[in-house]
Amino acid sequence: MPELIAKTALEGQSLTVGTSTLAEADVGRITSVAVFPGGAKAVAKGLKTLGLTMPEPNSLVERKGARLVWTGREQAFLMGVDCPELEGAAVTDQTDGWTVLTLTGAGAVDVLARLVPMDLRLPAFPVGRAVRTQLNHMNVVILRLGEHAFEIMGFRSMARTAWHELEAAMQMLAARNGTKF
Amino acid sequence: MRIDGKGLIDRTKPVRFRFDGKDYAGYKGDTLASALLANDVRLVGRSFKYHRPRGVLTAGSEEPNALVEVVGPTNQTPNVRATMQEVFEGLVAQSQNRLGSLRFDLLAVNDYLAPFLSAGFYYKTFMWPRAFWEGLYEPLIRRAAGLGSLSGKHDEGTYEKAFAFCDVLVIGSGPSGLMAALTAGRAGADVILCEESHALGGRLLSDGGTIGDQPAGEWVASVVAELQALPNVRIMARTTVTGAYDHGTYGALERVGLHKPARPNLPRECFWRIVAKHAVLAAGALERPVAFENNDRPGIMMASAVRTYLNRYGVVPGKRVTLFANTDQARGVARELMAAGVTVAAIIDPRPDASSVEDCPVHVGAEVVGSRGRLGLSGIQVRKGAEIIEIETDCLAMSGGWNPTIHLTCHMNGRPRWSEDLAAFVPMEGAVPGLVAVGAANGSFSTHGALVTGHAAGLKAVEALGRKVSVPVPEAEDMPYRLKALWAVDGKGRAWLDFANDVTTKDVKLAAQEGFRSVEHMKRYTTQGMAPDQGKNSNVAALAVLADATGRGIAETGGTTFRPPYTPVSIAAMGAGGRAEGFAPQRFLTSDQASRDWGAPMIEAGLWYRPSFFPKPGEATWRESCDREVNLVRQAVGVADVSTLGKIDIQGKDAGRFLDFVYTNTFSTLPVGRVRYGLMLREDGLVLDDGTSARLGDDHYLMTTTTAAAGLVMRHLDFVHQAFCADWQVRFISVTESWAQFAVAGPKARALVNSFLEVPVDLPFMGVAPVRIGGVDGRLFRISFSGEEGYELAVPTRYGEALFRDLVARAETMGGGPYGMEALNVLRIEKGFITHAEIHGRVTAHDIGMEKMVSAKKDCIGKAAATRPGMWGPEREQLVGLKASAPISAGAHLFVPGTEVHRETDQGYVTSVCWSPTVGAWLGLGFLKDGRARLGEKVRLVDHLRGLDVICEVCNPVFHDPEGEKLRA
Amino acid sequence: MRLTCPLCGERDRREFYYYGAEDYLHRPAEGAPLAEWDNYLHLRDNPAGVTKDLWYHEAGCSQWLLVTRNTVTHEVLGAEMVAGRAK
Repeated sequence: MPELIAKTALEGQSLTVGTSTLAEADVGRITSVAVFPGGAKAVAKGLKTLGLTMPEPNSLVERKGARLVWTGREQAFLMGVDCPELEGAAVTDQTDGWTVLTLTGAGAVDVLARLVPMDLRLPAFPVGRAVRTQLNHMNVVILRLGEHAFEIMGFRSMARTAWHELEAAMQMLAARNGTKF
Repeated sequence: MRIDGKGLIDRTKPVRFRFDGKDYAGYKGDTLASALLANDVRLVGRSFKYHRPRGVLTAGSEEPNALVEVVGPTNQTPNVRATMQEVFEGLVAQSQNRLGSLRFDLLAVNDYLAPFLSAGFYYKTFMWPRAFWEGLYEPLIRRAAGLGSLSGKHDEGTYEKAFAFCDVLVIGSGPSGLMAALTAGRAGADVILCEESHALGGRLLSDGGTIGDQPAGEWVASVVAELQALPNVRIMARTTVTGAYDHGTYGALERVGLHKPARPNLPRECFWRIVAKHAVLAAGALERPVAFENNDRPGIMMASAVRTYLNRYGVVPGKRVTLFANTDQARGVARELMAAGVTVAAIIDPRPDASSVEDCPVHVGAEVVGSRGRLGLSGIQVRKGAEIIEIETDCLAMSGGWNPTIHLTCHMNGRPRWSEDLAAFVPMEGAVPGLVAVGAANGSFSTHGALVTGHAAGLKAVEALGRKVSVPVPEAEDMPYRLKALWAVDGKGRAWLDFANDVTTKDVKLAAQEGFRSVEHMKRYTTQGMAPDQGKNSNVAALAVLADATGRGIAETGGTTFRPPYTPVSIAAMGAGGRAEGFAPQRFLTSDQASRDWGAPMIEAGLWYRPSFFPKPGEATWRESCDREVNLVRQAVGVADVSTLGKIDIQGKDAGRFLDFVYTNTFSTLPVGRVRYGLMLREDGLVLDDGTSARLGDDHYLMTTTTAAAGLVMRHLDFVHQAFCADWQVRFISVTESWAQFAVAGPKARALVNSFLEVPVDLPFMGVAPVRIGGVDGRLFRISFSGEEGYELAVPTRYGEALFRDLVARAETMGGGPYGMEALNVLRIEKGFITHAEIHGRVTAHDIGMEKMVSAKKDCIGKAAATRPGMWGPEREQLVGLKASAPISAGAHLFVPGTEVHRETDQGYVTSVCWSPTVGAWLGLGFLKDGRARLGEKVRLVDHLRGLDVICEVCNPVFHDPEGEKLRA
Repeated sequence: MRLTCPLCGERDRREFYYYGAEDYLHRPAEGAPLAEWDNYLHLRDNPAGVTKDLWYHEAGCSQWLLVTRNTVTHEVLGAEMVAGRAK
C-alpha cells in the first residue's frame, strides 16, 4: 500500500521584512456552502449547531474556532471545522484548493496597497470584513482579522506567485526606509 | 554663481556629482540644473534638429532644453530633466543628442542647413527617388531620430505600483493647494496632497512675500507642519499627478529613489492609481517665452526660473542680467536680483504705458529683437521705436505672461476656454467631474486669489462630504494681472517657439501658407509640441502665431488636445512588477518538483507549467524521448499529471437539467457512476469546449473542461445560470485546485492502478468510483485521452506529489514511466482526439463530425445557431486526418495537387501534426473542404514559412484502434 | 473607471470582464425564427448616450451585472445583478 505524505504548497514557510510578516497558515478544513433557491431556512438551521449564521456580503462571522466567510451570492466558506449535515445547500470541500497566507504587522496594509485595487485601510475595511478581490492578477479572498492582521486566500497552484509578489512588495516598502509609505 | 545667504539648500551638506565626465559640487536640495548653474555651466544640451547649443530654460518639469542622460549602475535614463533631477552623492549625468563633445557637436552643421530643413522637410525631401528609401533615407532618418540613448542592457531597476484612496486629492502645494489641503484636513477629511517637487510650497518658495503677518516661507512651514501632524492627511512629495481618468481615478508618478544612490529593492519610481471623491487642481501656471530672433541661446531663461534659482537655490545664472517681460509681476525678479547685489543691465517692457521707475535702466515700449553669443548669451539687441540698442548681458530673464496649468482638466475630452483678459486658456468648469481648478491653474494669479480659491474648493469638498470647518484665509498680495499679449517679436530671423523640437515662427507661418491651417495639421507638419515637454512652453504661442498667419482669433483657432500623461511616465513604472515572471501568475502542479528532478523541461500551458518530456540518458533530442514515451504508453503503462484540466463540481436537483442546457448532448439520463463525453457550444453555434462529465450522485456531477478553457467555461456557466435559470436548484463551484489527478494509460494501467487501491475495482469504460488509497479518499475514472485502456486517479491536492512519485516509481518497474506533453499530444493525434488546436473558436459541431451529438430532443445553448445555413454542409471545412511520409506542419494550408497555390484555391489547413511512432508516419489533423467525403484522396500541403510542400493522404482522423477495442478492454 | 457591484461595492474596472449589450439576456424561445436569432446574436445598437450592458465581476463575486451607463459622459447610472433582476 502506498503511503501518501501530505504537503502544503509552501510547506509552512514564513518571512519577516521591515514591519510585516508573511506566513503560510493552516486554517483547517474549508467547505463551500452554496445555498439553493429557497434553501436559506434549512441552511440556517444546520448552521445553528455551530452557532453561526450566513454572513452579510463582504464580512465573516466567527465562533469557537469555526469561521464562516462570505464568498459570493448566497455562498460562504466554512473554515476550521467539519461541515455539519446541511440541507438546502450545495456543500463542496475546498480544503485543498486554497493556500492561506497571513500578513501581519504595522506595514501590512501598505504592502497590500501595492497589490490590491481596494481601500484596505481600517476605516474602509474594518476588522471582520472579507472581500473577494485581486492580488495583482490573482483572484483572492482577503480577510481582516485585526488592525494589523490579514489573511489572504489564493488558489493553491498560484501560491508561489502570491508569495513572490507579497515578498517583493514587502522588500520595496522596507527599502523606502522610514519614508511615510 | 552661488549667492551667499540665499536659497533653501542645505549648505552644511555638500554633494559631489559628475556631468559630462567632469566632477562638480552642489548642495543637498539642489537640482542638477541649479547645481550646474551654480558652477557656471550654461551649456547643457543640444537641440533636436539643428543641434543648437541649449541651456536651462525653466526650473520645473516643463523644461524643454536641459534634457540629460542619467547613468546608473544598471541603466541609463535619457531625457531626464535636469530641473527635476535632484543631485546626490555620486550622481552621474551626461549631455545627449550630440556627435562629439557638447561644445563641438559635429551635427551642429544642421544649423547651417536650416534653410533646407524647414517644416515639412521630411515630406518634401525624402519623397524620391523611391529606390533611396530603404538604403539611404530610412537609416539616415533613424539615426537622426529620437533623443538620448539607452544603455542597451536589461533594466534591472526596481519599479513599484500602488493604489491609494482619499476624499480629497489636492494636486500642487502652492498657496492654493496648501489652503485647500488645510481646509479639508482640518475638517477631518481624508486628504492626499501631491507635490511634484521635493519641497512643499510651490511658487511661495521662489517668490517670497508675506502671508498674513508671516514671511511666505514661514507660513508654508507652519501649514506643512500642521498637515504632517494630521493623521488624515497624506503628503506625497516628488509625486506628479499625470492623468485624470473616469470616476475620480488619477494616475500619479512618484520619484522614490531617483534622488538617491541606487540600493537593492528601493524602487526608482512608483506609479500610483489614486481614487478620489473630490480633486482640487492647484498645479499653478507655466510662464511663457517670447519668440524673437535667436531667443534660444544658453543664458536666456524664464524670468520665474531666474527668480527660483535666486531664492530657492541661491544661484544667479549671470553677472549682468536683463529682463524682458510684459507684466508687473515679473519686475520683482529684477528687484530681488538687485537687492542681492546682482547687476541688472536693463528692463525691457513692451508695454508703452508701463512704469519706468526702477533702480536700473528701463526701456518701455521696447522689444528684444536679437541676441549674440555662440555657446552662451553675451548680448542682446533692443528695438525702441526706430532705435536699436545694444546691451551687454549674460542672462536674459524673459516673460510673456502665464498659461494656467490646465492639462488635467482636458484629460476627459474637456476643452478649455480662451480668456481675452488673461490672454490664456482657462479650464472649463466641470470638465473633469469632481475636479475643481484653483489659483493660478484657474487664472487667479495673485497670492490672495490663490488662497481664496483654494480655501473655497477645500470648503466645497468638505461640505459635500457632510463635514463642517471654519478656516480663516490670511491676507496676501493681490496685485492685478495686466499684460499686453506678446507672442512673437517682428523680425526676419529665426525665432524659436518650441525649443526642444526646433520649431520657429517661420515654420508655423510656412505651414499655414502651405495649407496646414488647422492647429492639428500644423502641429504634425512642424512637430510643434511633440517633444518630451509636449509643448508646455510653446503651444499657446504657436497657435497665436498660427491664428495671426491665418487671420483668425486664438479662440477660433483652438488648441490641440492634452492627453495623459502630463509629464513622461516610464513604462517600467506603469507596468511595475510585470517584468519576466511577474507578467502573469505562474501555476504549478504538485508534480512540478518531481518533474524537474527528473530533468523535464517545463513548458507553459496557459498559466500552468507542465513537463514537456522526461529525457533518459542517451536521448539526444526531444523526439527520441517523446517516441519512447509514446511507445511505453502503447506497450506498458504511462503516467501523466492531468490536474490542469478544469473541474467543476455541480450539485442540485436541477444539475442534470442544467448540464442538458449547456451541453449539446444529454446528461440527465447518465447513470450514477458513469462518465460521458460532452460538447459545449457558444450561443452562436460554434464549439466552446469539450470534456467529460461524471455523475457522482443523483444530484451531483463533476464536469471536466479543457485546461485552456477552464476560466472561459466557468464564466459561461455563470452567465447561463444567472441569466436564464437562476431559480433552478443548481449551484456549482470550481474544484480544479482541490484535486491532483493523474492519467494512467496503457495495457498495464489496470494492474498499476489496482496496486494502489485498498479495494481493487473493476470499472467499465467510462465509469467512475470512489476509492481509498493509503487511507485517503480519492476518485477513479476510467477515461482515456490516449486510446489505450486508461484511468485517471484523483486525490486531494496535498497528496499529489507523493502519489505522482509513487505512480511513476511503480510504473517504471512495469516497463512504463512518466510521459510529458509532447507524448500526450502524439497519443491524442494518433487517436484523433481534438484539443483547442482544433476547436479554435471557428468550428461547428458539424465541422468536427459531432453534429449527431446535438440532441434533437431538447434545447441547448447554441443549438438554434448551429442549424443556420452556412454552419454545416459540404462547403465547410471538416475535420480529417492527414498522413505523410515527410515532415508536415501545423499552420500549413491544403490544396488539390496540380492546382496553383493561392488564396482562392485554398482547400483547408492543418491544426496539429506529429511523428507517429505507432503508425510509422507523419500524422496530422486539419480541416478540409467537404473533407469527410474525400477520405483516401491526396492533398498537397504547403507551408511557405517553413518551405514545405508535401503530398498527404486524407484519412479518418482516428489512426489508432478505430474500433476502440483497446479502450474498452 | 469604477463600477459599483451590488454585492461587493465600488470596485476598479480591472476586476470586471466586459461582455456586451443587454440584448444577450433576451434569448429567443426554442424554435424562434432564425431572423430572431440573428437579431439576438449579431445586431446591436450603438447608442451615444445611455446604454445597458453586461459585465462580469470575475475577480469578485462572480456575478453578472447589468450596468446602465452613458457612453458620452461615461457616467455610470447603476448596476443590478442579472440573477436578481425581475423577470
